[in-house]
Amino acid sequence: MKALKFSRKNLGIPYAAFIAMFVVLPLLLIVLYAFTVEPRELVTNDVSEFVFSFDNFTAFFGSSANIRAIYISFGLAIITTVICLVVAYPIAYILARSRLKFKNVILMLFILPMWINFVLRTAAMKELLFKIGMYSSNKLSMVNTVIGMVYDYLPFTILPLYTVLIKLDKNMLEASADLGATGFQTFFKVIVPLSAPGIVSAITMVLLPTTTSYVVSDTLGNGNVTIIGKLIEDQFSTMFDWHAGSAIAMILLVLIFITMFITRKFSDEEVNTRGGGLW
Amino acid sequence: MVKKIIKVTYIALALAFIYAPIILLTIYSFNLSDSIGIWSKNWGFGLYEQLFSDKSIMQTVLNTVVLALLASVCSTVLGTVGAIGTFYSGRRVKGALNALTQIPVINAEIVTAVSIALVCTMFSFGRTYASLLIGHIVLCFPFVYLSVLPKLKQLDGNLYEAALDLGASPTKALFKVILPEILPGIFSGFMLAITLSLDDYIVTTFTRPPTFDTISTYVFDAYAKGGKGSSVPALRALSTLIFVLMVIVLVIQNVSASRRAKKNENAR
Repeated sequence: MKALKFSRKNLGIPYAAFIAMFVVLPLLLIVLYAFTVEPRELVTNDVSEFVFSFDNFTAFFGSSANIRAIYISFGLAIITTVICLVVAYPIAYILARSRLKFKNVILMLFILPMWINFVLRTAAMKELLFKIGMYSSNKLSMVNTVIGMVYDYLPFTILPLYTVLIKLDKNMLEASADLGATGFQTFFKVIVPLSAPGIVSAITMVLLPTTTSYVVSDTLGNGNVTIIGKLIEDQFSTMFDWHAGSAIAMILLVLIFITMFITRKFSDEEVNTRGGGLW
Repeated sequence: MVKKIIKVTYIALALAFIYAPIILLTIYSFNLSDSIGIWSKNWGFGLYEQLFSDKSIMQTVLNTVVLALLASVCSTVLGTVGAIGTFYSGRRVKGALNALTQIPVINAEIVTAVSIALVCTMFSFGRTYASLLIGHIVLCFPFVYLSVLPKLKQLDGNLYEAALDLGASPTKALFKVILPEILPGIFSGFMLAITLSLDDYIVTTFTRPPTFDTISTYVFDAYAKGGKGSSVPALRALSTLIFVLMVIVLVIQNVSASRRAKKNENAR
């Protein structure tokens, strides 16, 4: 028998095995749980007890509280993303174009919070909102959540925008001016379209976590803000209905893949990975 | 001139927004009041003493660091092995593994978290340290893979062949030729993995053993259950220390990076 010869290719085998076990199989399980129910009260995880059914989905869309959570999630996510872009774009633009000596230091200051624990930062924001009296007002729960989300995700918006703006060819701007465009026209017709990959990657970086990560809404929402991620958590940790929870997770998964498919053509590898250029 | 003033003011305001909460915590970390709303007359390092004598917080910090190190070492090995294996595979395998690696990156953290909780219950080891570690590895390994891959692309393919021709075994060629060349990618992937693991709340909360806490879960619980403000004032001291530590690490990292850049310029 020939001894197994080592080849670099073979390194892919354990990797593929890990991915199959802990990336692909888990997602298949979500689909399995989503389309099944168990007749008994408690989840047993005994597959032989599973019964095929669409009940999880009909129950989900049948509840007005769930529909409200969907609206709130997308509303919050869109508002946060727009505010992040509007606030971050001028920062990235000013820093990218300036010849300041301390430009790198200032950029560093803006993205430094990325390294500080997300939960700690959110908690710090809660203390601040509490101190200035905004936290206690129930009417402001939504506003507080948006403030917290913008605060948490602003660095993740600035970095990809800065990365594309710094690469912008200055000759383009001169050409635009030479051809008679006003500063305003140059900005909207040349600079913004050219920075599209950065804008798209900033959007994908903010939109998804704001829809699903319930850390901010739980900490700052004073119990008044429920988003989709929280619904999944409730089903898994409080109701112990893993089938219903998986159904919501599957709906999210489908939405994510649709979004990815749409934004894929804009993707720019260098700016797209979270924390690209971080280290 | 006016333009410049507007620009500087805007940048200053944005920085103030980003740093206000952190500065507030820092100031109040030297004040012993139970809540940030109230200014107590007791000043000093009391909260820091409380922090270091609080066994549960110290255990939490240790848990977080050990988990981050374990998870990032494992994901660095896995990601590097995967990147090399995939890069030298046939086109189909390469395409498939590339796409599958992207899944944890684009997926919502909560979906990853519950899916891993499901798979771990399926294999009936439930929520143990193993499930927690696996959860963190799944979270981190794609980022190692993604930072190693570009280095492999830059690598001169002939180097490996040359090593083989000169009589090196494939294993030796891998360790002596390929690995040193892609080391910067491996290192940045490792650092990214540490950052991600330290930062994570959602995957941790779904996969951890019931009594196990990391800084994220501990702080989250303290703030969620504390109602108004934190129920554990010593956490203000902890936040301040973490912040100061991060600043120091980043300053060192940046200074050494700019020094290296200058050296490279001079060498040319």
